[in-house]
Amino acid sequence: MGKTLLQVEHLRTYFHTFRGVVKAVDDISFSLDEGQVLGIVGESGSGKSVTSFSILKLVESPGVVQSQRILFNGEDISRKNEKEMMKIRGKDIAMVFQDPMTSLNPLYTIEKQITEMLDLHQKGMSHKEKRERCIQLLHMVGIPNPEDRLKSYPHQFSGGMRQRVIIAIALAANPKLIIADEPTTALDVTIQAQILNLMDRLVKEQNASLILITHDLAVVSQMADRVIVMYCGKIVESGSRDDVIRRASHPYTVGLLNSIPRISEEQDRLESIPGMVPSMLDLPQGCYFAPRCKYCQEICRTQAPVDQTVGEGHTVCCHFPLKGGD
Amino acid sequence: MSRILQVEDLIQEFDLTQDLLDRIKFKHGRFSVEQQVVHAVNHVSFEIEEGEVFSLVGESGCGKSTTARTVIRLQEPKSGRILFEGQDITHRKLKDLRPIRRQMQMIFQDPYASLNPRQKVLDILTEPILFHKLAPSKAAAEEKAIYLLERVGLSAEQSNRYPHQFSGGQRQRIGIARALAVEPKFIIADEPVSALDVSIQAQILNILMDLKDEFGLSYLFIAHDLSVVKHISDRLGVMYLGTIVERAPKRQLFQKPLHPYTKALFSAAPTIDENKLSQSQELKGEIPSPIHLPSGCLFHDRCPLARPECAQTMPQLREVEPEHFVACHLAGAEGSAADSVKGGICL
Repeated sequence: MGKTLLQVEHLRTYFHTFRGVVKAVDDISFSLDEGQVLGIVGESGSGKSVTSFSILKLVESPGVVQSQRILFNGEDISRKNEKEMMKIRGKDIAMVFQDPMTSLNPLYTIEKQITEMLDLHQKGMSHKEKRERCIQLLHMVGIPNPEDRLKSYPHQFSGGMRQRVIIAIALAANPKLIIADEPTTALDVTIQAQILNLMDRLVKEQNASLILITHDLAVVSQMADRVIVMYCGKIVESGSRDDVIRRASHPYTVGLLNSIPRISEEQDRLESIPGMVPSMLDLPQGCYFAPRCKYCQEICRTQAPVDQTVGEGHTVCCHFPLKGGD
Repeated sequence: MSRILQVEDLIQEFDLTQDLLDRIKFKHGRFSVEQQVVHAVNHVSFEIEEGEVFSLVGESGCGKSTTARTVIRLQEPKSGRILFEGQDITHRKLKDLRPIRRQMQMIFQDPYASLNPRQKVLDILTEPILFHKLAPSKAAAEEKAIYLLERVGLSAEQSNRYPHQFSGGQRQRIGIARALAVEPKFIIADEPVSALDVSIQAQILNILMDLKDEFGLSYLFIAHDLSVVKHISDRLGVMYLGTIVERAPKRQLFQKPLHPYTKALFSAAPTIDENKLSQSQELKGEIPSPIHLPSGCLFHDRCPLARPECAQTMPQLREVEPEHFVACHLAGAEGSAADSVKGGICL
């Protein structure tokens, strides 16, 4: 294992609304090693995207981010001001957003948009060098005839191609960490496979780390080294890919895995999780998952569970963790 | 078993240049008239037996939703024939279509957009019942609506709420209840679970399967998610650029896909059962524009096995094995290259 690149300690992001405080991210801690791929999984509203915005300080009012420490490359970035963060965003930590249709500026050519990154973070490049770097980046992400496409505008590209351009922009300043928020959710499966393979290859080639945020357990199981499962702003389970996918211990993780129809098996009925995610303004007492949990007992309704270690590097936040994948 | 729906040689096109001015193009120093037509559905044929779930799968833009919308006559077909329970409904007038519409209902993809935000749930459900005169009085219609609401897992108290007071999964339940309100025989479900979270997806799929048994329904199911489709269907058609490239019973299709596109699609779908990204079957390039369709086999410029003849002639659907239809020049020939490519998913 390489050395730790990112260490998030006791991160809390609360949104103060008129109807009450929404604890979108509630006291979570995790770390990421160099060269590692971390998958953050959860359903909509579980706080997985807010986690990444919080790390980059992109949360806007009424959101308030608090944390004990966020160590990035040995430096605490949680205390940095906006100006210092500007130097980190894009250069050291780059982000790939979900919607390839809206995350590029429709008024600028893609050359302009890639060069903007170079101007900001790799100063002193000549015009020719910048152009060559653009071509090299576009070539790297698999855009055919990059020389001809430099002057194209985003609307001239398809969804998959735009996502490649966005990845090229993210890679422009050789970041150490890439945060990809649902990078393939808007894409078709065959294009998704292309983009995932591309990201997998580039992360290895550039020796960067990747945080992959997705709702799709199948994508995570193919890409990630470590997996975090979030529910209602809390981490309910974390561990290596095999721990979480094959030896899931939290009833919620097990429920999620059972909800996915298996291509390789014949099933009559899907084992679904009953009920739905509670409102973030009206969370149940005790364990947040208790009302939907089929193993729920008295203590679950009154007392919030704490993290338990069930294996090496495999922790579960549950009073009664399940054993060995069932 | 009788046949509930038969679609023969369906063609659907959209003219992007209906206005004469749009057709006039200025090119190479001279004016010319150009017509741009989107070939959304090209010669699609399939049939659905009573009590069967037939699914159309494919990527976005392959024409699966357009096929569904044309079958239920939300869009007028360009040519072809649509037979519902043996009756030709291809060119029926709207007035004569109404009794048929009661028999075929649709569940839409987006539960946020498909319910009227200004109607209470109870009104959403009673309106079609009263319109088709399926209840003697308003009270009887309401009673029926509440029964349906409870049947899809909502409570009677919730019937006086408006759609915005429900979550996506609950709204989709309302959409299902509305489709069932007029006692249909046949339901077209256009991506009914793709907008929902995984745990809610499983709940909705289970409801759809239970209702099918209870009300004796047949489904035309449209989806892009292979695992969902595999779970719910009896037979499937795989679509690419507006044509069905392969059509077979579920087991045969998943065990032994024969069309190179089906194989690529299957291998691209991520599964939690395998650890590694599959590198081998990755498709090159993207779907060509449906305005300028490729010559010959529509898939030939992305196909790893393409031969010269593929660019020349368009392959027709052939029955390669019993009930297993493939539109590929190479499939089915003894020891052909197409068969040697791995891509099957073991059952």
